[in-house]
Amino acid sequence: MSDITLNSAATVPEAAPRKAPVSQVGIVGWLRTNLFSSWLSTAVTLLLAYLIIRWAVGFVEWAFINAIWSVPNNQTQACRDLKGTGACWAVITEKHRFMLFGTYPYEEHWRPFLVCLLFVGLYIVSAMRRFWRWELALVWVATLTVIGVLMWGGVFGLTYVPQERWGGLPITLILATFGLAFAFPLAILVALGRRSSLPAIKAICVLYVELIRGVPLISLLFMASVMFPLFLPEGMNIDKLLRAQIAIILFAAAYLAEVVRAGLQALPKGQYEAADALGLSYWQKTGFIILPQALRLVIPPLVNTFIGFFKDTSLVLIIGIFDLLTAGKTAIIEPAWQGFGVEVYVTIGAIYFVFCFAMSKYSQNLEAELNRHRRR
Amino acid sequence: MSQTTTDPRLLRAPPKRPIKLSWADERVRGIVWQVLVVGILGGIIYWLWSNTVHNLEVRRIATGFGFLWREAGLPIAEHVIDYNPTDTYFRALLVGLLNTLKVAVVGIVLATVLGTLIGIARLSKNWLVAKIAAAYVEVIRDLPLLLQLLFWYAVLQGLPGPRQAINPMEGVFLSNRGLKLPWIEWQDAHTYAVLGFVLGAVATFLYRRAARAKQMQDGQPRRVWPVALGLMIALPLAIWVAFGAPWTPDIPALRGFNFRGGVNISPEFFALLLGLVLYTAGFIAEIVRAGILAVPHGQWEAAQALGLRPRQVLNQIVLPQALRVIIPPMTSQFLNLTKNSSLAVAIGYQDIVSIANTTLNQTGQAIEGIAIIMLVYLTISLSISLFMNWYNAKIALVER
Repeated sequence: MSDITLNSAATVPEAAPRKAPVSQVGIVGWLRTNLFSSWLSTAVTLLLAYLIIRWAVGFVEWAFINAIWSVPNNQTQACRDLKGTGACWAVITEKHRFMLFGTYPYEEHWRPFLVCLLFVGLYIVSAMRRFWRWELALVWVATLTVIGVLMWGGVFGLTYVPQERWGGLPITLILATFGLAFAFPLAILVALGRRSSLPAIKAICVLYVELIRGVPLISLLFMASVMFPLFLPEGMNIDKLLRAQIAIILFAAAYLAEVVRAGLQALPKGQYEAADALGLSYWQKTGFIILPQALRLVIPPLVNTFIGFFKDTSLVLIIGIFDLLTAGKTAIIEPAWQGFGVEVYVTIGAIYFVFCFAMSKYSQNLEAELNRHRRR
Repeated sequence: MSQTTTDPRLLRAPPKRPIKLSWADERVRGIVWQVLVVGILGGIIYWLWSNTVHNLEVRRIATGFGFLWREAGLPIAEHVIDYNPTDTYFRALLVGLLNTLKVAVVGIVLATVLGTLIGIARLSKNWLVAKIAAAYVEVIRDLPLLLQLLFWYAVLQGLPGPRQAINPMEGVFLSNRGLKLPWIEWQDAHTYAVLGFVLGAVATFLYRRAARAKQMQDGQPRRVWPVALGLMIALPLAIWVAFGAPWTPDIPALRGFNFRGGVNISPEFFALLLGLVLYTAGFIAEIVRAGILAVPHGQWEAAQALGLRPRQVLNQIVLPQALRVIIPPMTSQFLNLTKNSSLAVAIGYQDIVSIANTTLNQTGQAIEGIAIIMLVYLTISLSISLFMNWYNAKIALVER
């Protein structure tokens, strides 16, 4: 070695750089560093791989190979014989319309179906940053109106469908969307109130937020279902769905208010002072300077809170409102289909997962995009 | 929460100006706004209140908590304290409260352990371990808790009956009646041994504190584990032996159509606990991961460069810094778990919400029933957050 280095500089022709050893690069290298770096790591990898393969084989056998996809006339005996070894997807084949749309009249199912598509379209449009302008609010109002017309009917030749017959996925989407649409402005007001210098307003906002956050959503839903009728004058009655919606709005607003408040606090004080120095009024300062920056700061936690509320709408099951989960639970009350809860809940779980997973991926991308200027 | 340092210029009082009765004066505007908001809110509340009073009169519902002392007549399957249906509503609600606390305490402990493990697993150098942990967190957090609870309850109910119970070990039976575990016949000696353990733990804690204080003075580290071993293991064992070392295992066995002996974990409690722990662990895992990542790598390296042992690095350098990031969000997860335990009502575990709901249906005392639920949860929330705030303040960074 040493003699090579002695007369290297001038004489030795430039040798091609040596390749890294096979054991360090490429697939082998990756496997070595990530899966088999030590004895312990190798053991864990092998054990986990074995468990995963076993579980996956078992799942495929249960869900596909041994599964029954349809049965004639509610004859579920074949399914019951397979209990534990094969899934009975026949329950989904038989009940999927009920699970998705509840007791909505069967011939009119295209209407809630269209409503679901409209909701999804609305979410996608709202998620695109190029549409983030005030006209979006008009799109929301228009879409929500169309959704109302489609669900109720009674005009344009659509038959009238009373609210009691609505159910399934549209209810979940309605509760979540209307809930957020109303909770968000309320949350901004409460968050501003909590940071206000006016003692009475501050006290009211603190009390509201802490009270709501201290109790479970169920207690608010119970309040909406059993206590609310007592609050109203005699003869006046509000539909159960609307009462639950109000409870969800009040609940969501308290949590969103804390997220917004975090954004308001994170904004440098100079922004507030500069706006004051320019002679802007409180509402001008808030609307033009503070909120656009503060809200941008908290978009990722806001989306996470949205995901939480989307999931929490399922709690209306407890007061008997017919959302997606309730529809699923009701679908297996019929004696012929009793005991197939696992299949039904897996299917409903898949629907919830699609929505929540999309939101959570979106939030991660957005976070990365909004933080791009911070990365070097 | 946040410690803002005040600008010294702000401490100087602004010059006093007399209030002018004009819209241009900020203070006048402030007062007008406040009076307006309070007036409107007060009006609404008064309106709701008077409606309620009127409605209660019309429906002939007597208000007040007198119903608490009436006979409840509602059966409760699981109770920590003695209870039978002839007891009062008050006792029934107390049983419900204890059931809530039971599932919350066990759930918090298990979720913390599981969540910490998963959070660390997500940071593992082993790709497979990290990916599995990540997939777990992603899936569990994107499914509604209520759905998970119903799913686990459906799974547990779909298990075979007691005669075909799954029997993984001697004395452990998993069937649609719940989980049966072996236990011992409880005697006074065991109670005293447990007391001894608690005393030993307290004494160990005090000794550790004294040892730390001494180490601060002379720099000599002192071993704590021999003392801990003696106080927490040997002492209870000695007490137990001193009382004659009673040991009668109570192993469940199939008698007729059901099991006899052992402890039973009901399907309702089991499903609720399983759902709560798995769900909350997903959130705790993310918190733990973020906390560990928040400690800069330089801290590990600096500690090692100082010659600290790996355990000292972890205990004295990394954990104190990570905990500061972990504690506040962890508190809200504990609170969430406690509040989420109210979903028990959907699968028939009789917690405070379930019993208060039955009570208000039986007596028609809707306002009182819901007030009790809210009061209980507010008290629990407030206690947990007070305790965690105290703990947080204790470990917070002490600045100049």
